[in-house]
Amino acid sequence: MSDKGIGASSKRREDVRFLSGNGKYTDDINVRGQKYVHFLRSDVAHGKINGIDTGEAASMPGVAGIFTGADFAEVGGLPCGWQVTDRFGEAMKEPAHPVLAQGKVRHVGDPIAAVVADSLEQARDAAEAIDVDMEELPAVMDMKSAVAGGTLVHDELETNLCYDWGFVEENKDAVDEAIKNAHHVTTLELVNNRLVPNAMEPRVAIGDYDASNDESTLYTTSQNPHVIRLLMGAFVLQIPEHKLRVVAPDVGGGFGSKIFHYAEEAFCTLAARKLKVPVKWTASRSEAFISDAHGRDHVTKIELALDEKGMFQAVRTDTYANMGAYLSTFSTSVPTWLHGTLMAGNYKTPLIYVNVKAVFTNTVPVDAYRGAGRPEATFQLERVIDKAARELGMDPIEIRRKNFIQKEEFPYATPVALEYDTGDYVATMDKLQEIADLDGFEARASESRQKGLLRGLGINCYIEACGIAPSNLVGMLGARAGLYESATVRVNATGSITVMTGCHSHGQSHETTFPQVIADMIGISEDQVHIQHGDTSNTPMGMGTYGSRSIAVGGAAMVRATEKIIAKAKKIAAHLMEASAEDIELKDGSFSVVGTDKSVGWGDVCLTAYVPHNYPLDQLEPGLEETAFYDPANFTYPAGAYACEVEVDPETGKVDICSFAATDDFGNVINPMVVDGQVHGGIAQGVGQALREHAVYNEDGQLVSGTFMDYSMPRADDLPSFVVDHSCQTPCTHNPLGVKGCGEAGAIGSPPAVVNAVLDALNKGGYNVSHIDMPLSPSRVWSAING
Amino acid sequence: MSTVTMTVNGKSVSGEVEGRTLLSDFVRNNLNLTGTHIGCDTSQCGACVVHVGGKAVKSCTIFAIEAEGSSVTTIEGMANPDGSLGTIQQAFQDNHGLQCGFCTPGMVMSAAALLEENPNPTETEIREYLEGNICRCTGYHNIVKSIQAAAAA
Ligand code: FES
Ligand code: FES
Repeated sequence: MSDKGIGASSKRREDVRFLSGNGKYTDDINVRGQKYVHFLRSDVAHGKINGIDTGEAASMPGVAGIFTGADFAEVGGLPCGWQVTDRFGEAMKEPAHPVLAQGKVRHVGDPIAAVVADSLEQARDAAEAIDVDMEELPAVMDMKSAVAGGTLVHDELETNLCYDWGFVEENKDAVDEAIKNAHHVTTLELVNNRLVPNAMEPRVAIGDYDASNDESTLYTTSQNPHVIRLLMGAFVLQIPEHKLRVVAPDVGGGFGSKIFHYAEEAFCTLAARKLKVPVKWTASRSEAFISDAHGRDHVTKIELALDEKGMFQAVRTDTYANMGAYLSTFSTSVPTWLHGTLMAGNYKTPLIYVNVKAVFTNTVPVDAYRGAGRPEATFQLERVIDKAARELGMDPIEIRRKNFIQKEEFPYATPVALEYDTGDYVATMDKLQEIADLDGFEARASESRQKGLLRGLGINCYIEACGIAPSNLVGMLGARAGLYESATVRVNATGSITVMTGCHSHGQSHETTFPQVIADMIGISEDQVHIQHGDTSNTPMGMGTYGSRSIAVGGAAMVRATEKIIAKAKKIAAHLMEASAEDIELKDGSFSVVGTDKSVGWGDVCLTAYVPHNYPLDQLEPGLEETAFYDPANFTYPAGAYACEVEVDPETGKVDICSFAATDDFGNVINPMVVDGQVHGGIAQGVGQALREHAVYNEDGQLVSGTFMDYSMPRADDLPSFVVDHSCQTPCTHNPLGVKGCGEAGAIGSPPAVVNAVLDALNKGGYNVSHIDMPLSPSRVWSAING
Repeated sequence: MSTVTMTVNGKSVSGEVEGRTLLSDFVRNNLNLTGTHIGCDTSQCGACVVHVGGKAVKSCTIFAIEAEGSSVTTIEGMANPDGSLGTIQQAFQDNHGLQCGFCTPGMVMSAAALLEENPNPTETEIREYLEGNICRCTGYHNIVKSIQAAAAA
């Protein structure tokens, strides 16, 4: 392991400000003269607004303005960024998504009106005085009955079905046929539970307007300020980019939930323009629960056909995917292209058909949450494989090994449109068996038995498609954006470097890891390199951070820009040493002429670029600054194998995680310490989904688990320390760093391991239970044990 | 409005507050000490932990006027006198005990209170003590490691 540059566990420079209380999060920003916003939100899931009386509220102390849907009738709605085409070639149904409710509310939390006042307390008090004449309508909650007919979430659509998607449609008949004729078919019906992402920093938006220059600034908790500028400026408020600056400063976690363009951002930007004062909104946690996009919420039936040897013959899945009340920015892509394409997993299943029905309900919109579609794909596949193994009396590891795509078969084209570039699933499984000490399981199980507890072992594999991804491909699939990334590398006159990236770090550690790459390429120290991100006014247009794409796409852009820098610097060095640029070698921050002892330092070349007294001005521009936009040729395919051991108390149904081991192949790794941390966090979220977390709605559409008192976040004493390993590395073949991305793996790979472990414990303990839906709460496990 | 006076990070401060002003809001808004974070509205997350009279307190659970006359320490008061990171802070950096940093001030303040009470906690004791602090990023693994390292330092 190296001690600097690529492969070193460099300590994080950003920690110094976070640890000393000097982080600058959006809520830490106060703009002189700012006023405060409070949104009056619907407390019913579905209702017709017959009238809104703001008269009394408007005259209350401190109130600067009250806005309702009528004030936003002129501006556009929030756009959906991905158009899905259904099985029949029709475009998805795309309802309007107003900034403030127009005529109807469609979920608890839907904003009806907004009060802007001198203080937050005054805004809240005035909002209470707004009189809304609301006619409550029946809430559309159950997806299957919503599709069957009855009350409509959007009357104008005449259906609650957003789309009925089939993939790959041409394979459907062959898949049906294979399942009909199979030696054995294992069927599993399951729910992938609805989750609330719950980044610890609630969302904040501050709108500011400089009337003298007609310039708007939005400070927002975003993973992708350029995307917000594009969507809000072009589609909602019609503000051209050069008059709109979006700043996402330090952001306290995202996990997908801060990708999307939210109504509050557009509201604060527009209200600041209308009132000509800065306008600030900070979500309370309770508000976050009913206004941040939720995750998952699939109801699925999966069938796996096997031959007599346990080889997979075909997979067929039917999923109902909850969209919630409106289409959030990337909602439509999650159950389709980020889910259906992953149904081959790590296996050579020749025939696959995926059907997804996306459904509108009177709930908060559902969109990408850490893993986004890939956890849903992995969960059903790895659960049905476990069930099949049990039905056929096969070992769960053996059945997987038998069906693995083999190392020499890469690049491997799956029947669901992806081409995996590299992988070695046997190696990650071998490594897992070693680090999880699977040989010692029996001894541990007998210790558990002596305590009256049932011990179980859950194994699974996962693959994900990351580094999202080639623009031409995603464009064909319906994306309304490109998915390249950008970097400007600015070499300063005395040799230090500022990199401006379109990526955004909200926990990912870019400020530390990106310099490791550049330092390696040039041979200077990491602290000579500074990373700038999060402000559209001083970074090149980039698509931001999600889908484990920062290093694979943004890092690649930075490498490309640095390569241009090095090429130019070599020309300057060649001039200084009166040699030919082809003969110049850069090593350890020094340029030398091959085969001679002539050399010139990095700093001298940089200074020459900016003080070009002795300079080939007829051939080269002065200065040393380059930009690159990188559009990848393919997704990247991190993959791995996970093992979880649990103890189940048969008396209470309580599950304890005894150990969790993860082997991941992320390709090359820039900073192992950071990668370990990403995996730890992902596992914790996956274990949370498996055992604790659930956004529960009642039939009236009230979010029952709407605070941290009811929504059970994993806490320190719910989790063990983890054993993680990423030494199995098959580098990505199509990006310059050979990296695959590591942000989502833990959350994708861990839920099936936990559930498989609990079922293993129960079955080994003599309870014949084939499935329990997540979260595996004590009451659910106890009920399963007790029939 | 009434005037409240207390010692914060060793300095005497005072400010005008309403009866309903929380200590967390006083620290953030009146004193501009924004290292103390607000992660919830049900006293569950611990992002707002400060020390009042040497004890760890969720600053969103007490009113500013209740802290009248007390000595309060926030994350901004945890560095060494020369401004370098204190032992616990340094252990968090060394062990990658933070990612987005939002829960971190509360974690550090809780960790300091734990080590004051119990200078050599076991992993289980650390995990149980942190029950009131939620971190969404780290899975707690490296937070636990950081606190163990701080205890050993
Ligand atoms: S803000 Fe105080 S406990 Fe969450
Ligand atoms: S570091 Fe992000 S919440 Fe703990």
